[in-house]
Amino acid sequence: MSDLLKLSGVHTHIGRYHILQGIDLTVPEGQVTMLLGRNGAGKTTTLRTIIGLWQASKGEITLAGQRIESLATPDIARLGVGYVPESMAVFSDLTVKENLVLAARDAPLDDKQLDWIFGFFPALRRFWLSRAGSLSGGQKQMLSIARAIVEPRKLLLIDEPTKGLAPAIVMALIECLKEIKRKGATILMVEQNFFAARELGDNVLVMDNGTIVHRGEMAALAADVPLQERLLGLSLEAHQ
Amino acid sequence: MTDLAATDPLPKPKRDLAPILLPLALALLMIPLIGSTSSWLTLTVASLAMGMMIFIMASGLTLVFGLMDVLNFGHGAFIAVGAYVATLVLAPFAASIQADSLWMNLAVLGPAALLSMAVSGALGLVVERVLILPVYGQHLKQILMTTGGLIVAEQTLYALWGPQIIPMPLPASLRGSFIIGDVAIAKYRVLAMLIGLSVFIAIQLVLNRTKLGLLIRAGVENREMVEALGYRIRRLFLGVFMTGSALAGLGGVMWALYREQVHASMSDDLTVLIFIVVIIGGLGSIGGCFIGAILVAMVANYGGFLVPKLALVSNILLMVAILMWRPRGLYAVTSR
Repeated sequence: MSDLLKLSGVHTHIGRYHILQGIDLTVPEGQVTMLLGRNGAGKTTTLRTIIGLWQASKGEITLAGQRIESLATPDIARLGVGYVPESMAVFSDLTVKENLVLAARDAPLDDKQLDWIFGFFPALRRFWLSRAGSLSGGQKQMLSIARAIVEPRKLLLIDEPTKGLAPAIVMALIECLKEIKRKGATILMVEQNFFAARELGDNVLVMDNGTIVHRGEMAALAADVPLQERLLGLSLEAHQ
Repeated sequence: MTDLAATDPLPKPKRDLAPILLPLALALLMIPLIGSTSSWLTLTVASLAMGMMIFIMASGLTLVFGLMDVLNFGHGAFIAVGAYVATLVLAPFAASIQADSLWMNLAVLGPAALLSMAVSGALGLVVERVLILPVYGQHLKQILMTTGGLIVAEQTLYALWGPQIIPMPLPASLRGSFIIGDVAIAKYRVLAMLIGLSVFIAIQLVLNRTKLGLLIRAGVENREMVEALGYRIRRLFLGVFMTGSALAGLGGVMWALYREQVHASMSDDLTVLIFIVVIIGGLGSIGGCFIGAILVAMVANYGGFLVPKLALVSNILLMVAILMWRPRGLYAVTSR
């Protein structure tokens, strides 16, 4: 399996703060790579640096063999990178349809793709012409993810999709992400919910203080409780 | 996965009508206070005309605020430049302007307004590239740069045209009033209302019926996400800035004709009103800006008639009252 995304020695400064301190990571094509770590470890900064919302001050970022660290965010997005931010960032004043029309960019909305999305997000069909601001938190998250997959993307960057959602919605969201994964999507996902990470992840990267402190297979970390406690300060049982 | 069952009725979008009803309620409230119906009607028409002109000048600024998060204290420069440029066309064709033919008047006035918009828009391009581009995201520097730009623009106008007030008489066919019973409605105010309403409808159509409008509305709400979807929002910024500058130029021509004079610091008082309109309307909201402009004009006209001593502070009081009711303005579009 070749690596779709590769970060080598990436540093990011935000103002006078040195957040990413030499990140090296790879995201294999067609797999889900989970990015775990405590609050403030640099997970969100890593995703924002990849999509270009924050500029890497040093290092190389390669997407499908092309250097992207100096590209602007729109150019990176047009290379096939979908981004689902932590805040969901749906456009509240726009309808569900208008949110997806913008996400489809120059192409018209593809009915087959929409039907596929409506298959696991039926709420979006029901609220098609409603303002996104009137949706519930779970529905906004569905719209945020739908926006990232309404057109085929090479890579999805998803930041804490289960954050703040009710358990039933989290389960449904995990099922949806599994379906996206089955379709062969390459995903780099930040997640605090270890259960969701275990369910979805093929590989795992653990961050602390702006560096990667562990990399390996998700199944191996899920099976190694002492390692979880050492890396993440948690036990899997406590999160089930 | 849905929160509603498939058989549940579709939720209807909530329409926030309270701000729309506010000018109507204010106007109705004034009938008994003013006493005379003809005075009330005259003041109401004057308010609507003044409101439309302020709206035209403020509409660009609210989008610039909302979309670009730029504090442009130099917006008034476009107003003054627009008015001065119009004099370049109107002065040589003074005979046509004073001819008693609406078509001859409009044949000069139309190109004058278009040229003013073109020059103000082009000036907007220069200002955005030279003054604002280096200070995106830095509010204090934006205030300093744009205030400096306003001073430079005003002094340049003084240098080119001199310090004297330049008369800008209304075209002959726009002088006088329509008399309906014992009510006189100034012709120019009717024209100002029509132009203001047309600009409002045009902006609403672009914002709500085109993809460009979708992008502007989305950008006002969350610029980063628009970029993350693959759109170059900087180009959009520039387009909106130029359009806002051009509209300010049009507003400058209309205001100069309303006051029948042009001078370099004509925008100083207007700028305060425009900022009040943008703030009470809600940053980035064209609908809020429209209602805010009418409210500001109503308070100025009704207040000036009923309590002249309060005229100086009436709009500040209006802003305080609106912000106490809705701290992010009548229609909160951005999170700022």
